[in-house]
Amino acid sequence: MASTKKDPVIVVLQLTGGNDYLNTVIPYNDPHYRDNRPAVGVAEDRILKINDNLGFHPEMAPMQRLYDQGKVAIINGVGYANSPRSHFRSMDIWHTCEPDKLGTEGWLGRVTKDLDPNKENVVTTVSFGPSLPRALALPGVPVACVDDLDTFGMLPTISETEQRNKILDRFTRLYSPTIGSGFVMDYLGQTGLDSLKAADILKVAPGKYSSTVEYPDTPLARKLRGIAQVHMADLGTRILYCDHGSFDSHSNQVGMHDKLWHDVSSAVESFFDDLRENNAGENVIMLLFSEFGRRVHDNGSGTDHGAAGAAFVIGEGVKGGEYGEYPSTNIEDLEQGDLVPNTDFRSVYTTIAENWMGLDANPLVGGTFEKPSFV
Amino acid sequence: MAKQDIALMAHLMRRAGFGATREELEALVEKGYEQTVEELLNTEAQPALDRYELVRYHPWTWKPGTLPGMGSVEWLWFMVNTKRPLEEKMTLFWHHLFATGVSKVDHYDEITMMVAEFREKGMGSYKDLLMSMAQNPAMIYWLDNCENHAHAVNENWGRELLELFSMGVGNYTEVDVREVSRAFTGWTIEPKLPRGPIGRHDWHFTYQEDDHDHGEKTFLGETGNFDGKDVIDIICAHPATASFIARHLYNFFVADEAQVPAWAVTPPQDQDAIDTLADALVESNYDIRSTLRVLFNSEFFKNARFARLKSPAEVVVGTLKLVGGFEFPAPGIGEMSRQPNYMGQDLLNPPSVEGWHTGTEWINSGSLMRRINFTADMVGDTGRPGVKSMIDHLKADNSISPGAFVDSCLELMGPLEVNKETRQELVDHAQINGDLNWGNESETSSERVSEMLQLIVSLRDYQYA
Repeated sequence: MASTKKDPVIVVLQLTGGNDYLNTVIPYNDPHYRDNRPAVGVAEDRILKINDNLGFHPEMAPMQRLYDQGKVAIINGVGYANSPRSHFRSMDIWHTCEPDKLGTEGWLGRVTKDLDPNKENVVTTVSFGPSLPRALALPGVPVACVDDLDTFGMLPTISETEQRNKILDRFTRLYSPTIGSGFVMDYLGQTGLDSLKAADILKVAPGKYSSTVEYPDTPLARKLRGIAQVHMADLGTRILYCDHGSFDSHSNQVGMHDKLWHDVSSAVESFFDDLRENNAGENVIMLLFSEFGRRVHDNGSGTDHGAAGAAFVIGEGVKGGEYGEYPSTNIEDLEQGDLVPNTDFRSVYTTIAENWMGLDANPLVGGTFEKPSFV
Repeated sequence: MAKQDIALMAHLMRRAGFGATREELEALVEKGYEQTVEELLNTEAQPALDRYELVRYHPWTWKPGTLPGMGSVEWLWFMVNTKRPLEEKMTLFWHHLFATGVSKVDHYDEITMMVAEFREKGMGSYKDLLMSMAQNPAMIYWLDNCENHAHAVNENWGRELLELFSMGVGNYTEVDVREVSRAFTGWTIEPKLPRGPIGRHDWHFTYQEDDHDHGEKTFLGETGNFDGKDVIDIICAHPATASFIARHLYNFFVADEAQVPAWAVTPPQDQDAIDTLADALVESNYDIRSTLRVLFNSEFFKNARFARLKSPAEVVVGTLKLVGGFEFPAPGIGEMSRQPNYMGQDLLNPPSVEGWHTGTEWINSGSLMRRINFTADMVGDTGRPGVKSMIDHLKADNSISPGAFVDSCLELMGPLEVNKETRQELVDHAQINGDLNWGNESETSSERVSEMLQLIVSLRDYQYA
């Protein structure tokens, strides 16, 4: 691509299961923190302090390095009113921007449609993982779902080229829309055709890629490496999605949460190192979110489902620092024992959609919200 | 033999089992539909599989512990070889519903034992099964009831019991979740030892009276010193529970419904059918066998041919049974048991306690590709007995026109019903090489058959169950 200014790209890393906000961005001077966390509190000398009030979880040293370079925005107290405390309902709310009724359209599906209204590029949006997150789902909008870039292709075992081409040609005709065949048939048809096209486009990515950055040997790092490969192949991909988990730390939280944040922080740092080495980072930001935070008082071993959480936005184009206020931990300010959200999650989306992607956010997120200025 | 009878029988066998070959279908039609339903329901009339037969050839399938990717070998062997297909299908149903995963339990053995419990009790009383699950070690660990103490309540099991295993959201309050959780305090497992490098001490359920909250609880308006059993009684007396289980049965056996989290706000597509099944559950005191009898003999079931998409387990097991040669113990079994995972259904390891999203959510560009690649590889192998047998069927005629060739293949692969445009495309493809002749063209013709079968399994229509 010869344009001087590269198109903005968003990478989403979903922290599935409900990340414990209080132990991720720790209000270490708040006496309520110690009082409420007899079992899972992080010892003060291990906390990675980023200012006079807050510190990162001890396994987040790579995140702290990025933060110190001004590349990490922490958005405090993110959520929505009346948290249902159900993983699935909560994740749906984040995905569809519909806190009051059931939505089926993903907000990033709508963003994809805005970016590529004529469906000219089937790899505008690429998801790494075995299933398609609802955030990306929108009827008629293609999303390439990739498990492993190296094996992504249709009927690879038919080795004779002429025969394979004949079959794929027939396949294309068989998957073309037939009138009145219904939603499911149409969905299957489009998915089949899109996957054929996407495989043709994406197969070049691993070959074009070279890097000296060594990612950790973890599932998340493999996904982020795949994302880096697709991004650097200049295929016009604008949205890349992956997830990691489970953060559902009802019990034995201490070791579990350590490992989770170790894996997330180290993979994220490798990813940004890789982009920097290849001079491909200036047009990329990454959003990290989780469906809810966890209860303020621990349960003796872990923490139960809560409400407000933290989101992070990372990248060279990000104005690092803290956004929003840390919700009060005073007992009279809690709702059913949980931190009360004070930043609507759609505010975060609004900033990303308008300030970063250059789109009109209102129809994408279903309303007008404040716009914290992290980009 | 009437085409319609074969089609209906094929439908029953796809849903109540993992499909049947042409020969099997013809024999079943002779017997009759209702009689076949009875035989499917009467699982114990057929011999059970002997897992030690598998262990003799593949010792590592016994207690695979923490071997990555090895967990579902035994189960795949059961699904392919069982003489009690409905028992195995119900086992899969309960695994969808009581979704428990090795991602956290970190050990296949406990979840395999849970699956064995589904196999043993899954055709009986739902209420008994719910009670078994409340005392199942894998479940207790999965949902942290071992950390649910009299003085430190852990809500994980209590919440999911109500939300996902019995009533569904919208039928209880946050206070109910708390009270239910209190009733299950002290329901725990022993021994609480960390797992060793190659395995873990077998867990068993234990009730610790001194860790149980003996105080008064109020749940769904009833007050008393409840324990877990009382709570399960109250849950099962609530009409929401029968409707919720009925809707699960409908979604699994009849037609694709909305995803479970949407049920509170999305009415069922066939409320009468759900009511019929819920009534059957209530009238039989939650007897699954009686409820399935009503289901399979209903008009709404018989009219639901191809009304749902196959799950990955159905794709893989159905294909293996169709092409044959996988009557294990055979080599390659570990690779086969991982195939559903590649298509988005990692057996014994659902993505979360909510289980898998079904219907169109099985399908995305990656998973569709995996389905097609796997099934096309299988039917493309003319050495497989099932493929050979289909070729032999076609050899009954010396020379077959392209149209008849396509129709015969569709018939043998299901019968699969396709629209006329699709059929025409297949006929056009067959036309390229003209009539199918045997004799000295036998080898080429066999390859043409397997190529046609590859096209058929690539069809959208083949993704429907």
